[in-house]
Amino acid sequence: MSITEMEFQASSVEGASVQTVEGRSQWQLTWRRLRSDKVAVASMIVIVIMVLLAIFAPAVAALVHHPVDTAYPNTGETAAGNPVGPGTNGFWLGTDDTGRDLMVRILYGARISLFVGIVTTLIATVAGVTVGLMAGYFGGIIDTVLARFTDAVLAFPYVVLALALAVVFGPSLSVIIGVIAFFSWAGIARIVRGQTLSLKEKEYIEAARSLGAGPFRIMFIDILPNLLAPVLVLATLYIPSAVVFEATLSYLGLGIQPPTPSWGNILADAQNFYQVAWWYVVFPAAALLITTLAFNLLGDGIRDAMDPTTERLLASRKGGRRRLRRGPVGGPSAEFPDPDVQVAGGGVI
Amino acid sequence: MTLVRFLIRRIISGIVVLWLVATAAFLLFFARPVATVARQLAGHAATPATIAEVTRNLGLNQPIATQYWHFIDGLLHGNLGYSYFSQEPVTSMIKQDLPPTVSVVVGGVILWLIVGLGVGVISATRARSLFDRVSAIAVLIGLSMPVFVIGEFLLLIVFVPLNQHGFHWIQDQYVGPTQGIGTWAGHMILPWITLATVQAAVYTRLMRGQLLSTLGEDYIRTARAKGLSERRVIFRHGVRAALTPVVSQLGVDVGALLGGVIVVETVFGLGGIGQVSVQAIDTDNLPVVIGFVLLAAAFVVVANIIVDLLYAILDPRVRIS
Amino acid sequence: MTDDVLVRVDNLVKYFPVRTSGMIRRTVGQVQAVDGVSLEIPRGKTLGLVGETGCGKSTLARCIAGLLPVTSGTVNFDGSDITNLSRRRMIPYRREIQMIFQDPYGSLNPRRRVGAIIGDPFAIHKTVTGSERKRKVQELMERVGLNPEHYNRFPAEFSGGQRQRIGVARALALQPKLIICDEPVSALDVSIQAQVLNLLSDLQRDFGLSYLFIAHDLEVVRHVSDEVMVMYLGRVAEAGPKAPVYDNPRHPYTAALLSAAPAADPETAATRQRILLTGDVPSPIDPPSGCRFHPRCPKAQDLCGQEEPQLEVKAGDVTSHVTACHFPVEAGENLATVASRREGL
Repeated sequence: MSITEMEFQASSVEGASVQTVEGRSQWQLTWRRLRSDKVAVASMIVIVIMVLLAIFAPAVAALVHHPVDTAYPNTGETAAGNPVGPGTNGFWLGTDDTGRDLMVRILYGARISLFVGIVTTLIATVAGVTVGLMAGYFGGIIDTVLARFTDAVLAFPYVVLALALAVVFGPSLSVIIGVIAFFSWAGIARIVRGQTLSLKEKEYIEAARSLGAGPFRIMFIDILPNLLAPVLVLATLYIPSAVVFEATLSYLGLGIQPPTPSWGNILADAQNFYQVAWWYVVFPAAALLITTLAFNLLGDGIRDAMDPTTERLLASRKGGRRRLRRGPVGGPSAEFPDPDVQVAGGGVI
Repeated sequence: MTLVRFLIRRIISGIVVLWLVATAAFLLFFARPVATVARQLAGHAATPATIAEVTRNLGLNQPIATQYWHFIDGLLHGNLGYSYFSQEPVTSMIKQDLPPTVSVVVGGVILWLIVGLGVGVISATRARSLFDRVSAIAVLIGLSMPVFVIGEFLLLIVFVPLNQHGFHWIQDQYVGPTQGIGTWAGHMILPWITLATVQAAVYTRLMRGQLLSTLGEDYIRTARAKGLSERRVIFRHGVRAALTPVVSQLGVDVGALLGGVIVVETVFGLGGIGQVSVQAIDTDNLPVVIGFVLLAAAFVVVANIIVDLLYAILDPRVRIS
Repeated sequence: MTDDVLVRVDNLVKYFPVRTSGMIRRTVGQVQAVDGVSLEIPRGKTLGLVGETGCGKSTLARCIAGLLPVTSGTVNFDGSDITNLSRRRMIPYRREIQMIFQDPYGSLNPRRRVGAIIGDPFAIHKTVTGSERKRKVQELMERVGLNPEHYNRFPAEFSGGQRQRIGVARALALQPKLIICDEPVSALDVSIQAQVLNLLSDLQRDFGLSYLFIAHDLEVVRHVSDEVMVMYLGRVAEAGPKAPVYDNPRHPYTAALLSAAPAADPETAATRQRILLTGDVPSPIDPPSGCRFHPRCPKAQDLCGQEEPQLEVKAGDVTSHVTACHFPVEAGENLATVASRREGL
């Protein structure tokens, strides 16, 4: 290549670099990676469908003309008083032991489970982040008190205490939400505290202090954005635990009380009939399993989309067939330039 | 500091924690209007006369401080109160109901540790292989399933068909090991699997992750370069280092373990502490509930001390802090 | 207090307690990071602060900036005593005293856009908002040599030199009087260093800024400073206007440092002899008695280990050139020979 050709190449690159590109935020990059993860996308679709079904449960009930609490001893039970199977007499998934439409009850149960799952996680996340931030940032006596309290809550056998609280306050929806949220926030708080402790030492925090920023501004405007990634992953993974927790409580009789359907209490009744009505066990269990699986997969997907380094490590070690379509860290401690982002012109410096 | 001093410090803080839990339990149950407490203690079908008698017997009209003193005093003497229904001392109920729980716990924990850590190690050493991928899926499913669903499924899919076809080894009631190890295992195998599944999944994933990142460290490369056999590299160096977070996770998981035990006992009708406490709650049998809660707390504290001890043995740095 | 001194520090002492860990923590020692330093920064001028790692210069800077509480001594800014003010009372001074940091990668929040980062001072002190703020930020970006269209970019999209410019823009926002530069160019490539240093001196000229410029590279300090101060292990070894200190270093430590700096002129480099110091820098928890430099000093004698030398003008120096040494370097003395002779002993 002649000199002039090389110069031409160089200048055309220069010229091309004048085209500036907007910086893509961490969220936009994560979303792009997430979109290309088929499993994560499938999970999201499943969750959306589940949520829609839950919201429109009454519509479905009207569609099949079986209100949720109505028993149909004639069409819905065998002569011996046992549940009828799927597809009989207009019961798409069969009936339960009192002849109620199982599918409708499962959908109404979804409302409870999803509501409990999401609301408790929201409460736990807000509480956990706040406690963790304050403990980590303020340090000293505040940290000691908050951290010990967090550890105590974490170590305690939550089921036992949940049961005890159920005795004292009686089972009800708000008690359940309170109990589950109470035991969930600690895990988030601990992680947030750990992250805050290390983020606190960063120079840009010192810079903020030197500008005169107060502690709350620093916590919520400087530290929090760097925390959101792990918190989001954690929250997504807490939803299924909350759902399972509620189901377990209802199963033991300490959660949602009949006749309000919850997947837990449906399964509790179902256990007595498993020898004659497999659908009574299988369908609610499948609903539970699909929901929790979907959230778990989505959480994993989000985590991978935010922090693909582990995958890179593995791929390079095994000389993997896996395409390296991901760049290095987009995670909370990213201090390396992200090659996904175009560094356009604007000066040689 | 030496291991002994470490141990003593942990025991002291454990006692403090137990005291705090007892106080919290006391406050939770008794620090409410006398009438409510009396009614709860007297049970569902109590007449005003019964309530009055209960109030008198249990000294509920006395100032809180006095009640608290009696409560703690009773605890220190090993008196946890009496079951409302059967008037049995709670302590003897505990003695009676402990064996099934212990059976479940011991078998379950051993199973989950072996499976969880074992699969974790193998997955890490054969990362991305078929084994790894399959076990990853299994782990995910295991993590997503509530314990009671697993139990019900096992009953449905294993117990019923097997018995229908004449295999009677697997049963669903409790028998102790005194009836023969084989019988014992046959009755306990399903509860063990149920208890172990979720936890094994957690530990598999934990072990795999930890071992993978440990094996990526430079000193492992050095060990290999020195010519150590792969097995030695993995076990002496890799696993040893990866074990510490696993051990600390154990401490946290003791709580989950208790929850799992309660569910497993209920699903399989084993009649151990867990199931009895659920029944006690259903029947508002407050003394029993309190007693079992305290027992659970004591168990957690002791388990945590043991875990901390293990951790300190594995990682000498911990003793200094 | 004379009108043209902006900052006056008087006998500043900063110790960090060393504590045992555990529930009950006892103090078992003190890290004597800064042990009695006094200085003056004139308006519109630059004081260069030099020393090895661990000599206390960064700690001193942070004490002056109010980021660390002072153990004893005073800091006077523009006529007011700002020592150990509460966070609230310090707020107005935060507009006047700003800092630029060493690490271009760590001093900017990676999750925030550059426009927000530079606009922080406006937001914190509630001066301007909205489009007015954006306009000012873009003005600042242009002033420091950045493209104002990059307002919405993230720090990761800029090079090291550009990031330092962002830091400078942020520091300039509220038109401070003093900017403390903590090794602002140490992490940059040499060619970029020159550009950033030129920017800083342009700004000083245009806005009448005072700088406290901390560095460990003597040539950089020579380029930017009007006055120089050399620190060793928490104390001042030598201080004064640039020319006398560089041309006639009186303290053996200063002389050794200067001899180690690469000389641009190859002839000087060939003829100049390195003064080699023995030993490592001692720990600030347990500093040597008397003159802290005496274990490594080629001219040390018994007195040096017993009595701490005072900071004073030595014979033949201008009045503002002070040295803390019992046996300062004399004119024409070849310290390199002295050092190697001692080694032979």
